[in-house]
Amino acid sequence: MSELYVAPELRVLPEPSMESRAFWTGGENGQLLIYRCGVCTRFFHPPAPVCFRCRSTNVGPEAVSGRATVATHSVNVHPWYPSFPPPYIVAIVEIEEDPSVRLTTNIVACTTEAVHVGMKVEVLFERCEDVWIPLFRPSDHTTPRPAVISTGASAS
Amino acid sequence: MSNDHNLLHGKAVVSGIGQSQVGRRLGRSGIDLTAEACLRAIADAGLTADDIDGLATYPGGNFVGGFSGASSTEIHDVLGLRTKWHLGTGETGGQLGPIMDACIAVASGRVEHVLCFRSVWESSAQLGLSRASTYANVTRADRFREWMAPFGAPSASTWIALYAQRYMHEFGLTREQLAQIALTCRANAVLNPNAVYRTPMTMDDYLNARMISEPLCLFDCDVPCDGAVAVIISRKEATAGLPRNAVTVEAIGASLLQRHSWDQRADLTTMAAHDCTQEMWKQTSLKPSDVDIMELYDGFSYLTLQWIEAFGFCEHGEAGRFVEGGERIALTGQLPLNTQGGQLSGGRLHGLGFLHEACVQMWREGGDRQVVKDVEVAAVGAGGGPVAGCMLVSLRA
Repeated sequence: MSELYVAPELRVLPEPSMESRAFWTGGENGQLLIYRCGVCTRFFHPPAPVCFRCRSTNVGPEAVSGRATVATHSVNVHPWYPSFPPPYIVAIVEIEEDPSVRLTTNIVACTTEAVHVGMKVEVLFERCEDVWIPLFRPSDHTTPRPAVISTGASAS
Repeated sequence: MSNDHNLLHGKAVVSGIGQSQVGRRLGRSGIDLTAEACLRAIADAGLTADDIDGLATYPGGNFVGGFSGASSTEIHDVLGLRTKWHLGTGETGGQLGPIMDACIAVASGRVEHVLCFRSVWESSAQLGLSRASTYANVTRADRFREWMAPFGAPSASTWIALYAQRYMHEFGLTREQLAQIALTCRANAVLNPNAVYRTPMTMDDYLNARMISEPLCLFDCDVPCDGAVAVIISRKEATAGLPRNAVTVEAIGASLLQRHSWDQRADLTTMAAHDCTQEMWKQTSLKPSDVDIMELYDGFSYLTLQWIEAFGFCEHGEAGRFVEGGERIALTGQLPLNTQGGQLSGGRLHGLGFLHEACVQMWREGGDRQVVKDVEVAAVGAGGGPVAGCMLVSLRA
């Protein structure tokens, strides 16, 4: 794996639910959308019709910065899918606005040796058919880079 | 036994146990293997199938990949049972959940003898390929897999690797310390004629094994097998005249005090195991220092370290140093672990095998793997991540 990211041929895509559709399509507008409670104001994940903390139903998706910190990581080596060849980095990241909100994701454009707990990362979206998969890459770069990429299989 | 939180009051006991043939692609059906284990357990208890009035299993039917070799209803019919109560579910406190409910059912007087089983047929279902073969036809992922599969993480091996990595970061756990779980299990399996993997393993073998999901290597993952385990949970008063020195279920725990999630738990260095052991200890006057052997889930080696500290055998963060070198957890050690070889080497019987082995050791029928010291109290825990259940069993009257 290098600092250049090549998208896998095919990912198993999410089947968005009523609640998760915003999360999986926010990337169309370059937005990471996380559910937030209108009463206790806390973010939470996965998206759900009730705030698990205060049980308010006044909840909905809200755009966050897309900046996050790596809480833990694993270089996956076993080939689970023929179209998604290893090695690749699976990580849990904590979003900047509320570290209690964690996303399991891939760290891309990063060597397997470089990823570490505490690493600052930023979101990018990989478009696959009708969904935009939020991935994260190191945020210590200086040159602007595109926020949305398309896979070879579903490039539009 | 006087304790405000005591739930079972010594009324629930294990009166018999049975295990089927266990191995890789045995060429026998899941129902066949399950019936074998069940009939053995019934006979072991000195009962007949007509005495069984309750039936409980994890996880029930309707699973792909051989995750369930038989459902409660299939076994009910195959064995011609007549029951007052039956249960097959995976939505409970781990693989021991239905067994704990069976304890409540006998203690409450609802039933007298509950046939409990766990059956797996994963080796045959995976067609001699790997677990990956069971993911091949999935194109879209929903429910909780929606949050894992798109990132190439369909397997619990990756989810648990993420926990293990954070624990290493926080507490300095080393691969050499983690290796002691796999090495201890293999050393015990060498002495168990029913174990799947019986070739001795060295530290070099472990450190040179191929990675699955770092920091977990092949030997940190249990071995899929075909097989079944059964136990009879009986009401104490109903065991008079039966042949076995019944094993008392002292206390049980199935608490889940945080979110049922693989990545949203507040502290990534603990699991639901820590929640359910708290509940369990409140029910008994026994203490961690009273425990003689540990039969603790090792679907992945890291989970065993979680159970060791969750039970209170060491402080949080100290599990790596607790098992370092392996002497303490060996058959000859202060606190022997997974005496049958665990699931890592004995075979992935998925939870109930640990209760079975606790009884084998208490009844001193372990053969070459029998621990030398007296075994009066055993800790049994099963599950990982948000899935957990635990039991404390003893020979105390």
